[in-house]
Amino acid sequence: MDHKKPIKVLIAKPGLDGHDRGAKVVALGLRDQGMEVIYTGLRQTPEKIVQAAMQEDVQVVGLSCLSGAHKHLFSEVARLLKERGMDDVLIIAGGIIPEKDIPLLKEKGVSGVFGPGTSIKKIAQYIRENVKEQV
Amino acid sequence: MLLERFFSGDQRALSRVITLIENEYAGSMEIMASLHRRSGSAHIVGVTGPPGVGKSTLVDRLARRFRSAGKTVGVLAVDPSSPFSGGAVLGDRVRMQELALDPGVYIRSMATRGHLGGLARASASVIKAMDAFGFSVILVETVGAGQSEVDIMKFAHTTVVVLAPGLGDEIQAIKAGILEIGNIFAVNKADREGAEKTAADLEMMVEMGTKSSWKQPVIRTVARDNRGVAELAGAIEEHRRAFGELGLLEEFERKKALLELKQIVTDRVLGRLFSPERGNGLVERLVHQIADRSTDPYAAAEQLLK
Repeated sequence: MDHKKPIKVLIAKPGLDGHDRGAKVVALGLRDQGMEVIYTGLRQTPEKIVQAAMQEDVQVVGLSCLSGAHKHLFSEVARLLKERGMDDVLIIAGGIIPEKDIPLLKEKGVSGVFGPGTSIKKIAQYIRENVKEQV
Repeated sequence: MLLERFFSGDQRALSRVITLIENEYAGSMEIMASLHRRSGSAHIVGVTGPPGVGKSTLVDRLARRFRSAGKTVGVLAVDPSSPFSGGAVLGDRVRMQELALDPGVYIRSMATRGHLGGLARASASVIKAMDAFGFSVILVETVGAGQSEVDIMKFAHTTVVVLAPGLGDEIQAIKAGILEIGNIFAVNKADREGAEKTAADLEMMVEMGTKSSWKQPVIRTVARDNRGVAELAGAIEEHRRAFGELGLLEEFERKKALLELKQIVTDRVLGRLFSPERGNGLVERLVHQIADRSTDPYAAAEQLLK
């Protein structure tokens, strides 16, 4: 870990549900895994999330949604990232995501989906294995 | 190419430049070299104070105030890294939601990565990059500071020290620390009990302590309700004006230049002297000799400097 720079992750909560406990647990967990986590808080629009990802130059965007609007919101974040030329950003998602929605999300550009109960170690490992090195 | 985009006002290029600087990637020195000449016109404002006094909210309100006066604003928000994992949670953006989509505002979070003093090691360079990008005001929020986090005064024209009531007697406690570096004091959460006492204590301290011709104003704010923010912004601009009129700007720039020069030379000389390849592991040998007492560190230093 000596010369490796910390991986930068944005954790955001799109949509209107007011539950950010899970997102905060993930943020703290990834910090303990040596990552720099930018936490943006509740009720983020896809526009705001993508703008923050651009300004912070993050390598990973982690999205959490419990309201059921994930299909639209996550796809929109992925679309905007691509539109702004940030398609090398790894998108991961958590929250309450029904199994049947996962193929669609993956097709739209969300690469990893982690349901409730996933260990932080597993998420961190997934990030390390899939993140693009910053040059 | 990156610099071309940078100077054409592309925020993504600024973001990338900051990452290169922060991670000390190859090529960042050349970039910094070319940014230097283009910097020097922004008003750099430090916002510091103990944790929990409302620095982020105040920065948000100040940024909006400066925006409505037609200025562009860069925000650099510094938070501490975990000493155990090296990671960090950077949460200042939570309080800056309204600014998120304003193209005249750029917000960047930064972890200290083990650096002490209230800023990260690369903070000064990041401030310079924002300056060269062309923001008229740069607001730098330090880590929650106690007594020794005073680096900000070396890099900001104007330092605002934010306090809040309910900190008990700590005006006494921190008198020798960050209070000395404040050009302006903001007593935030001024609608709370004890605010008047905190403000009065500060005013008393200013009365007794002022030696320079700038008398530090004490401003009551309630950042949440946007109260006192216009006065604070006014005081910040007034300080910048006075700073220039008192002829302090040139001195400030020269001090900063010396600091920067020393830092660059120190890094390069140390890098060379301590290179593991040097003299067949000279450093390694000396370290062992000091540890087993066959030499002393002063003699070893002599040898290393030869």
